[in-house]
Amino acid sequence: MDVRNRFETAELRAFRQEVGNFIRASLPEDIRRKVAQERMDLPRDDQQRWHKILRAKGWACGGWPTAYGGAGFSDDQRYVFERELALGDAPRWMIYGEGMLGPTIMAYGTEAQKRQILPRILEGDVFWCQGFSEPNAGSDLASLQCKAERVGDHYVLNGSKMWTSEAQIADWMFGLFRTDNSGRKQEGITFLMLDLKSPGVTVRPILLFEGTPEVNQVFFDNVRVPVENRLGDEHKGWSIAKYMLSLERFGTAEVSRSLASLARLKTFLKDQDPFRHAPDQKDAIERRAAELEMELDALEITEVRFLFKQDGANEVGPEASMLKVRGTEIQADIFELAMMCAGGRALGARRDESGADVGATKRGQDSAYPYFNFRKTMIYAGSNEIQRNIIAKAVLGL
Amino acid sequence: MLPTLTDEQRMLKESVERFRQQDYAFEKRKNLLAKLGTEDDPVWMQFAELGWLAATLPEEHGGLGGSNADLALLMEQFGRGLVTSPFVPTIALGGTILRLAANEAQKSAILPGVAEGRIKLALAYLEPPAQPDPTIIATRARRDGDGFVISGDKVAVFYGNVADHLLVSARTSGDIGDRHGISLFLIPISAHGIAINAYSTHDDGWAADLRFDQVRVTADALIGTIDSALGTIEAALDAGTAAICAEAVGAMWCLHDMTLDYIKVRKQFGAAIGSFQAIQHRMVNMYMKCQLAQSMALAGIAALDIAEPAARSRAVSAAKVQVGRAARHVGEEAIQLHGGIAMTDEYAAGHYFKRLTMIRLMFGDEEYHLRRYRSLG
Repeated sequence: MDVRNRFETAELRAFRQEVGNFIRASLPEDIRRKVAQERMDLPRDDQQRWHKILRAKGWACGGWPTAYGGAGFSDDQRYVFERELALGDAPRWMIYGEGMLGPTIMAYGTEAQKRQILPRILEGDVFWCQGFSEPNAGSDLASLQCKAERVGDHYVLNGSKMWTSEAQIADWMFGLFRTDNSGRKQEGITFLMLDLKSPGVTVRPILLFEGTPEVNQVFFDNVRVPVENRLGDEHKGWSIAKYMLSLERFGTAEVSRSLASLARLKTFLKDQDPFRHAPDQKDAIERRAAELEMELDALEITEVRFLFKQDGANEVGPEASMLKVRGTEIQADIFELAMMCAGGRALGARRDESGADVGATKRGQDSAYPYFNFRKTMIYAGSNEIQRNIIAKAVLGL
Repeated sequence: MLPTLTDEQRMLKESVERFRQQDYAFEKRKNLLAKLGTEDDPVWMQFAELGWLAATLPEEHGGLGGSNADLALLMEQFGRGLVTSPFVPTIALGGTILRLAANEAQKSAILPGVAEGRIKLALAYLEPPAQPDPTIIATRARRDGDGFVISGDKVAVFYGNVADHLLVSARTSGDIGDRHGISLFLIPISAHGIAINAYSTHDDGWAADLRFDQVRVTADALIGTIDSALGTIEAALDAGTAAICAEAVGAMWCLHDMTLDYIKVRKQFGAAIGSFQAIQHRMVNMYMKCQLAQSMALAGIAALDIAEPAARSRAVSAAKVQVGRAARHVGEEAIQLHGGIAMTDEYAAGHYFKRLTMIRLMFGDEEYHLRRYRSLG
């Protein structure tokens, strides 16, 4: 039996069609082109415009319960919705506010926090970033040392956060800060939220080697954060972070995005026919594309098995780490193949900031960019080494 | 990389090492790149002064008459230093073509200028769809009086925008895919009718798409025999391919060394990450790839001296396949074992990875060379 049949009910088919039609009709063309160029670094304005279009339709924050203004999608609907976003070249949902902080606030936040924070994420007015990693706390996240000292009704922050994606376009940061060093390193960590306009905050952009300004180092020099901006109890931030990271598992395999990328590659091969003078090379390339398609198939089925347990249990287990490992590997292989298919065209580094000219992209110009840029996916959000450690420890009991 | 060095080669090696460690240190590289390809490019001037441009050119035309081993030595050092320049198109491609096929007048007019750094060359052979087979030529050179009129499109011409003279392949007879009917022309970049669309490449170099619209050249622009230039082009592409394989070996060793240093000092979970067996084995795999790639690059360089073209090309293809695969492995693993730091613009690893990836794409990828290897077997 194909576990994907669960998405083939009449209701979900109708839903899929509705979402697909809506994206085709409503997604601004300039945004669509940038997404089709495999760009993850969409400018704030693009993200906001699209979010507000979804909001007007009632589909912003799809996974949020209707009580918080979300679309209240079931997990099946979310899965279908995300697939249609990817196939329609629409932006990913906003991971930090919508995907991570929102559901965590619902689980751990005070009534005041829910009231203040959730509506502004829902409306797409406040952008969040995630302050977890530090220069010396990457894979070993719990060794973080960025300090929050309690002084009266404030915490005073000193230190820095590293690899903070989108800090350059965010308004607020949520993050983990060291409030106590006396016990195990997982203890003494507190979850705080702060306004990036607070005095003492400096955001230093870090350019990636392919030229994209996506990540930052954020410095704190005696930054005062009111105690009411703490999520959960003091020193108990680690378990909140773990809860939050478990939410991230939904979609880390990027199956839908890879399906879209592979479809783009096939279109390129068909339209441009770059191997028209080399039939046996064409055969070899088509063979590799077919192999990737099958590997993606295996990943997709595995993802559905892991995310939608037959017994109805919603808890996603540690085996889901495998989805991130394989998902990022396959994605990288697709981009590598696309780059090689472009031949000499792939050498050009011209980026299309306006999203206006897709002609160059269609011919394979700049197809090396995603190959370079997406190396990061195997490093961030728990490197693939850490994901393998998780499987070794939590699944295999080693 | 070379198993043994002569005294001259030892001196040559030391001079390039000094250059890449002092003058072309990674922190200085960005500023130097701003001048890349300009008239007063200080790097190119230094290349000329130190005799590297002359090294492999014939003695009777201002060169030093060096061997392909000298070429390999230079390229490996350029690879280690991430030295970005029009050296490959000017010397390995252009130098080879002129040496093999140009007449005395053409050599005298061009080669001394090349050796002195006054003349840069580029080979315009790729055409849409930018696949590496040099017989995919639709550009036509039509007889016109005692000259020719050339029309057609060339793409991804390395340093085609900064070259002073272009070596252009064009059809004087036959059709796309035919081995016969290809001729080579030496054309000044300033010739009337050449439209240049230049762009930077991912490795901070330059490339250009060139459109030739009724470009008129005189009979003395023809290099070698009419209709019979493919052998010369293939020899030049083999020289260029062997050269960038040697460069890749230098770049891979540099990434290897950087990664090895890093995993010894980067601490996570209370220990240097290099103390973890999972990391150690991957480091060993990188080491083995570097060694094997070095062996094959050496064989590729040695093959340039083989008189029989098919045997030469086959050995060069074998080198390109092995080096290309190793370049992917070593490049990707270097980034992954470093983690985030290697994704940044200010750290050198990502730039080496980009150059290695461009080398994979240049003159045909692994798939293309595997196919060529089989067809020549």
